Amino acid sequence: MPKWEGKLEKVDEFRWRIPKSYKKGMRVDGLIYADEGMVRQIIDDQAPEQVANVAFLPGIVGSSLAMPDIHWGYGFAIGGVAAMRVSDGVISPGGVGFDINCGVRIMRTNLTREEVAPGIKELIDALFYAVPSGLGSKGKIKLSSREIDEVLVRGSRWAVEKGYGRPEDLETTEERGEMKGADPQRVSQRAKERGIPQLGTLGSGNHFVEVAVVDEIYEPDIARAMGMDRVGQVMLYVHCGSRGLGHQVADDYIKEMVRAMQKYGIEVPDRQLACAPVDSPEGKSYLAAMRCAANYAWANRQCITYGVREAFCRVMGMKESEAGLQLIYDVTHNIAKIEDHEVDGKKEKLCVHRKGATRAFPPGHPDIPQKYANIGQPILIPGDMGRASYVLAGTEQAMKETFGSTCHGAGRMQSRSAMKKQFSGREVLSALEARGITVRAGSMSGLAEEAPEAYKDVESVVNVAHGAGISKKVARTRPIAVVKG
Amino acid sequence: MKKYELIEHTSDIGLLAYGKTLAEAFANAAGGMFSIIAELDNVKEAESRRVEISADDVEGLLFEWLNSLLYYFDVETLLFSGFEIMEFGDNRMVAECRGEKCDPSRHRLKTGVKSATYHMLEVDRQQNRVRVIFDI
Repeated sequence: MPKWEGKLEKVDEFRWRIPKSYKKGMRVDGLIYADEGMVRQIIDDQAPEQVANVAFLPGIVGSSLAMPDIHWGYGFAIGGVAAMRVSDGVISPGGVGFDINCGVRIMRTNLTREEVAPGIKELIDALFYAVPSGLGSKGKIKLSSREIDEVLVRGSRWAVEKGYGRPEDLETTEERGEMKGADPQRVSQRAKERGIPQLGTLGSGNHFVEVAVVDEIYEPDIARAMGMDRVGQVMLYVHCGSRGLGHQVADDYIKEMVRAMQKYGIEVPDRQLACAPVDSPEGKSYLAAMRCAANYAWANRQCITYGVREAFCRVMGMKESEAGLQLIYDVTHNIAKIEDHEVDGKKEKLCVHRKGATRAFPPGHPDIPQKYANIGQPILIPGDMGRASYVLAGTEQAMKETFGSTCHGAGRMQSRSAMKKQFSGREVLSALEARGITVRAGSMSGLAEEAPEAYKDVESVVNVAHGAGISKKVARTRPIAVVKG
Repeated sequence: MKKYELIEHTSDIGLLAYGKTLAEAFANAAGGMFSIIAELDNVKEAESRRVEISADDVEGLLFEWLNSLLYYFDVETLLFSGFEIMEFGDNRMVAECRGEKCDPSRHRLKTGVKSATYHMLEVDRQQNRVRVIFDI
């Protein structure tokens, strides 16, 4: 792919503008959050062009935004945030992506590295068997065709009522794991058929379960309020999404939107940006179906959490209450949401697309859990398998600048085939072992594709988000064991 | 003649597929997609599914064709390695797809494909070539 040679203006140390004069049809500027070093790498592919293309979408307000983990996606760049007026703007399934509500959650434990490390191999094996992962894997949960509709409407609450978790898990899940306005009648039979066998499965690609250790705390008061008490404390991450059900919902509605664009006379520079007015029958149908897929993803992570807790307690030989396995938070990073934001001094209803971006609401926001009212929403930024992950907190600045959004991960910078040419899965495995990280993977070639070297250093990504003020660094964790799908 | 080649993409994978006819390019695109998912050498043609696709245009047909095959992989874990296009037009195609159920003890599985996307999707009638980028 050729280098991008468009117009990019430096605004300040962390902000770069693509002026709307760059391309005829852009309704607003593009704005990329990055530092000087990252920008050189960002223009190596066509991600900035995608930021410019999103600026064509009707009803877009502010700027077409890209978080510091921006990389070339399909339609939207990964790391893209775009907010459209509900009154006259559009919603685009491509701005959410195929893995609707791909997201991540983190659980705290009462244990330290010293207590967990001796049994780490046994633990990772137990987690590997507890959480079905990899291609073609089926879940252990048997759903009837009637039950799938309940999952789609009630999300995490369905899972908790079935015994896969505790009521307090819902308090610390974005949207309480149950997005309102989900209508299973808007979800195709094919999507449901794909969803039925896969509930409680991790999938493949970059999805994982990780055992990590807190290795630095930047904001001790905030970290303590989240249950991160000390360096050396063990944490558990789960990263996955809505599986085939979400992919099918996206397929179905992209097709519908291609048709709708003709009906509403909308033109976009990339068919993957196909969209319809938020307030149209097509827009409303997609939102109702997308919310179903989002709820499926939350139920999925909740069921996986059950398996993780059960395996952890069994291997450690303790009760759940002793192990202290509380869910700190669960965030989604592929979603569209109707939110109130201030635009030109006026409160406005917007449809905020976050495609590989995380919500970052500030202290006091009504949509964050009561227990975090004073500290802001926890934000989880998983890095690659070898380096670090971060816990951040939402800020007022994010509300002002990015519709309450920030980055979602490290961001890829090298292709999967480039990784496979450089490393075998075995080499990646032994390099990680040498760094004290135990790995179990469904596929060795999948492991090579996910080598840490494929990713930007998550530290530089987080430093830009922190430096620009769109979120605040709270703590850093390092992996000690990973199950890779 | 080369059936297909993979395209480098930062986070995902794309492919260019060729054929003597456009229908053959569609078949080769499907073969290319399953070769991303698994090594196809020892996938037996033990089962077959008749797949009928209709769409508003030929680009939509390609998108729907590939995504329908992913549906069979999700629901029936079917890995397809042989594709016979029986009918082919701008808005409709019928194909016989042959393969077998995925068995991790025998098949070497590689990379999951979430979906074909419309990004950079191209159907070139002159050269009987198609291009598609997958979400991985």
